[in-house]
Amino acid sequence: MSEIVLEGVTKTFADGFEAVKDLDLDISDGEFMILVGPSGCGKSTALRMIAGLEDISRGEVKIGGETVNDRSPKDRDIAMVFQNYALYPHMTVRENMGFALKLAGTDKGEIDKKVEEAARTLDLEQHLDRRPANLSGGQRQRVAMGRAIVRDPKAFLMDEPLSNLDAKLRVQMRTEVAKLQSKLETTTVYVTHDQTEAMTLGDRVAVMRAGVLQQVGTPAELYDNPKNLFVAGFIGSPAMNFMPGELNGGKLKLPIGEVDVGDLGVQGHDGQVIVGIRPENFEDVEVIGDLKEERGVTFEAEIDLVESLGSDLYAYFHIESEGVQSDQLADIVEESLEETGAGEIREGHEQIVARLDPTSKVKRRDTAQLWADTSKLHLFDPESGDSLKGK
Amino acid sequence: MERSGRDYALWTIAIALVVIFALIPVVWLISISLKPPEALTDQRFIPSDVSFDNYKSLFEGGIDDSPFIKPLINSIGIALITTAISIVLASFCAYAIARLEFPGKRVILAGALAIAMFPPISTVGPLFDMWRALGLYDTWLGLIIPYLTFSLPLAIYVLVAFFREIPWELEQAAQVDGATPFQAFTKVIVPLAAPGVFTAAILVFIFCWNDFLFAISLTSSDASRTVPAALAFFTGESSFTAPTGSIAAAAVVVTVPIIIFVLIFQRRIVAGLTAGAVKG
Repeated sequence: MSEIVLEGVTKTFADGFEAVKDLDLDISDGEFMILVGPSGCGKSTALRMIAGLEDISRGEVKIGGETVNDRSPKDRDIAMVFQNYALYPHMTVRENMGFALKLAGTDKGEIDKKVEEAARTLDLEQHLDRRPANLSGGQRQRVAMGRAIVRDPKAFLMDEPLSNLDAKLRVQMRTEVAKLQSKLETTTVYVTHDQTEAMTLGDRVAVMRAGVLQQVGTPAELYDNPKNLFVAGFIGSPAMNFMPGELNGGKLKLPIGEVDVGDLGVQGHDGQVIVGIRPENFEDVEVIGDLKEERGVTFEAEIDLVESLGSDLYAYFHIESEGVQSDQLADIVEESLEETGAGEIREGHEQIVARLDPTSKVKRRDTAQLWADTSKLHLFDPESGDSLKGK
Repeated sequence: MERSGRDYALWTIAIALVVIFALIPVVWLISISLKPPEALTDQRFIPSDVSFDNYKSLFEGGIDDSPFIKPLINSIGIALITTAISIVLASFCAYAIARLEFPGKRVILAGALAIAMFPPISTVGPLFDMWRALGLYDTWLGLIIPYLTFSLPLAIYVLVAFFREIPWELEQAAQVDGATPFQAFTKVIVPLAAPGVFTAAILVFIFCWNDFLFAISLTSSDASRTVPAALAFFTGESSFTAPTGSIAAAAVVVTVPIIIFVLIFQRRIVAGLTAGAVKG
């Protein structure tokens, strides 16, 4: 059994900065757990504390039921894959993969057997006697994985292992990693800032922001029932749209119309709220006809931009509102600015993205009739950012 | 970028000039060392008849009577021992400075720099007295200690620069792989810092090999006198002939180990040894 348990784990750096605050996390045996969040949210620090590369200021880390706080990395029986792979450049692929076993005093024949087995799994057999300098990025990445799997450790810790690969290779390796993990059934903690990786890879996903765990759950739970604005805005691509609303006796007033919120379970929260709606919950009225009119709201919007991807059609439009303000959302906008250099889509928050049926005929600068599925609305408290659902 | 023929020609001329400037004294030295004593002043650059008498005279009389063999052994021994000790100590020290945060780190670096800038001549007088009192005067150890003092700062500075270039993740990877900090250091860091280690080794060796000041001041006999000091005590064939020929021959001989040393280690100073460690 090699479950990993974090109890109230806190990291305070020498300068007083709290990178991780009171983190509680149960990762069960064989589970693939993703730690996700924008850069600087403390996810890597949390991982490094599990690995033993970073001291734990407060709290407890248990691996396989034993407290490992005071154990050095070598005594924790974990393997780690680093973002930049950290292969030993003076060793061949074979030596790189066998290094841990050699240190552990395993005999030569056994090492060779295990390395070759791992090489077969990772399709590295013909590269065993080459050095890392002569390998491509994808091959280096596989060697780094190989170095982890030959040891059959209690847990794999992966620190953004795919972020240095180009987009195509990343998608390919993503499936490889998922396959490998489900085959080996080794407890895995995987850190990433990419919500797509988080959604596709993990059994469960833990979303962090500014050192604080926001929500843990399966990808579907996070997507359908985000606990707060941050999770709602972070998970999903394109991101959830936000607009201000006013709740009054079961009626929700939105910039796009008035909605009866009887079945959203948010009675008794009269006043200002922030309303979130996912792009796919919009539709072109002409496409759906009047089929679902009773559980939605129809409105007119002037389309600013249409992006057709063949399978999907994204329509961008804006609504008359002052936008919504929240620290939690500001964090996400900042991140997307860093990532893409263009956060203009979300700037001001009144820009709305709708994912429409590809057969839709909406055009740029047209005024289109759109329909929004109001049974899928997410309502948040504008002060705390918490979801109002189920409260 | 395509380099034009004109550029190429200019560079070739410039490099040739530098090489000639640097090598002419050496060639001249070789030329003198090959001339018999009576031809020394014939003002010819290329000797009219080549004789190896000067070289023979250096080694004549075997280890006891030759003025050169004992100093040569002293030079090699003292320089190698100093280099070995200096590199081991400096690599530990440089590793700590490059990797760890500890109080006094700046003081150590500043102190090392201060020692390197300290004029050696000012230490010679006190050392002479101290060494005589301690019985270190005219011993190998008596030279090794001051050489260490002045070569360590140099070695530390060179090695710190190299250690800082090595990605920290490599060491962490080794630790996660089950290495003790010492194993991580010897099996991962040192092999990767090899170019730096050899660079530092060459510099330290040359410093010890070339030193004249300490060698002449702290020795009095062939027991520990090194070659640069011994050259000053060479005598001519008679009291009326200067030992120019044998000094030239000795100078050529002591240059050879340096050249060999550099050539051996130069093979190890290959750029890009850390290539492929991390993405980049």
